[in-house]
Amino acid sequence: MSTPQPLSYRQLFWQVMHRDLKVAVHNKGDILNPLIFLVIVITLFPLGIGPETNLLTRIAPGIIWVAALLSALLSLERLFKNDHSDGSLEQMLLSPQPLFIMVLAKISAHWLLTGLPIILIAPLLALMLHMEPLAYPALMITLALGTPVLSLIGAIGVALTVGLKKGGVLLSLLILPLYIPILIFATAAIEAAALNMPYSGHIAIISALLVLALTLSPFAVSAALRVSTN
Amino acid sequence: MWKWLHPYAKAERSYQLASTLQPWFAISSIVLLVVGAVWGLAFAPAELYQKEYYRIIYIHVPAATLSMSVYMAMATAVLISMVWQLKLADAAAAAMAPIGATLTAIALITGAIWGAPSWGTSWVWDARLTSYLILVFLYLGVIALHNAFEDKALASRAAGILTLVGVVNIPIIKYSVEWWNTLHQTATISKLSAPSMSSEMLWPLLTNILAFALMIGALTLVRFKNEVLARNAMRPWVRELAAKVGDK
Amino acid sequence: MHFDSFSDFIAMGGHAFYVWWAYGITFTLLTTLTIVSVRRKNSLLKEIAKRAQHEDKLKQMRKDKKTNESKT
Repeated sequence: MSTPQPLSYRQLFWQVMHRDLKVAVHNKGDILNPLIFLVIVITLFPLGIGPETNLLTRIAPGIIWVAALLSALLSLERLFKNDHSDGSLEQMLLSPQPLFIMVLAKISAHWLLTGLPIILIAPLLALMLHMEPLAYPALMITLALGTPVLSLIGAIGVALTVGLKKGGVLLSLLILPLYIPILIFATAAIEAAALNMPYSGHIAIISALLVLALTLSPFAVSAALRVSTN
Repeated sequence: MWKWLHPYAKAERSYQLASTLQPWFAISSIVLLVVGAVWGLAFAPAELYQKEYYRIIYIHVPAATLSMSVYMAMATAVLISMVWQLKLADAAAAAMAPIGATLTAIALITGAIWGAPSWGTSWVWDARLTSYLILVFLYLGVIALHNAFEDKALASRAAGILTLVGVVNIPIIKYSVEWWNTLHQTATISKLSAPSMSSEMLWPLLTNILAFALMIGALTLVRFKNEVLARNAMRPWVRELAAKVGDK
Repeated sequence: MHFDSFSDFIAMGGHAFYVWWAYGITFTLLTTLTIVSVRRKNSLLKEIAKRAQHEDKLKQMRKDKKTNESKT
């Protein structure tokens, strides 16, 4: 074998992401289970609080977003678990390639596998909960901008707990408080949209959170991974 | 200055320093706590609009203001340990987390008790209340992470990352909650602004804040010493101390 | 002194329940934290002493073993 050419950042990003996507396609349950969980949680709410249309219309944004948070939490643990148990995570840390790019690629793959399906299924869930038709665009935009933030912040928590035996419960304790701002702004935007009021301010803040998370979270994740694999 | 500070980077020297400082902090805080409590409970005049239950202010406000300061102190310690690789700063950060959690819990509980007679309800989803509730969760997360790792040094690094992430998030959480709350305005607290308070009430309050700060200092020293001992268990000087206790 | 009598002080203008409850919980929490923190030092030192003794014993055993082996 000849000496390998150093990968460009873009090649590195695509290769890591491609690998993660391929692994995920092999175990389809990892993609499907959080989605099924999301649908079941949404179904439970009308059963629990009654089927009145007005009530459901009012609480639909909150329910959809809380359910999205929980299903993101459920799928997060997979992000580094297999890599940690088969040793490829350590390989990643030892490799001369920048960890920032690889972490970002892994998080992107995770979002494609869990965030994107949530966005695709969201209109159906909104329909089930009789959400105000005016609010549909807002729901889609907040989910499109917000679910990447969930993956990015969540990755920090997973990276911190991946080396632990009982990381699952700890993970939710660590990251759910950090999810609160995104939940507040997203539901506020949807509620504003339902009242036919401008919601671009909320969207701008969610975008700002996304940019902040996109730049800072990979650093925190890299540092946390170095601690966890120690 | 660095030359003077340098010996204290050694665990044993800082342990001794903490030991000499500890009684001063402990005694002064106990004295001031008693003075502050008696002053606030028995001698401060009655409030114009609120009845005697306003006296809860003398523990609520110190706990609330200082719980945030403890978080910032903890984050500063983490930053020092990361930048200068100072292991002792880790011990300080680990020592402070449970103290901060307790203070935040006290602020929330006394606030709820105060709210019952003055607002007619123990809990409202007011911006300040909600952000303090989240602060408790942040503290609990840091403590849980400290306990989750066998290796203390590793635990400190993990909890340190979470602490710093929390620092970035505290202003975001604060403003998000404030903004969220203005959508449906509820009771707001502004009766604490200094000018509206007479000096007869302000002085016992300041005494109490100082007393709480000194108490936090004393508790931090006690816990810091414990952390230093746990992290240096293999060192001869710790072994000597342990042998003395074991002989008894 | 703001109150006329001691019983007045205890009654807190009819709000004794709230005031004393708040102070009581604060006091309890703080003393618990203090006691736990102070006691931890002793238990820690005992643990360390135990570990040190254990290690000494292991060292001694190893030494004995070596001397026995050299004898045979």
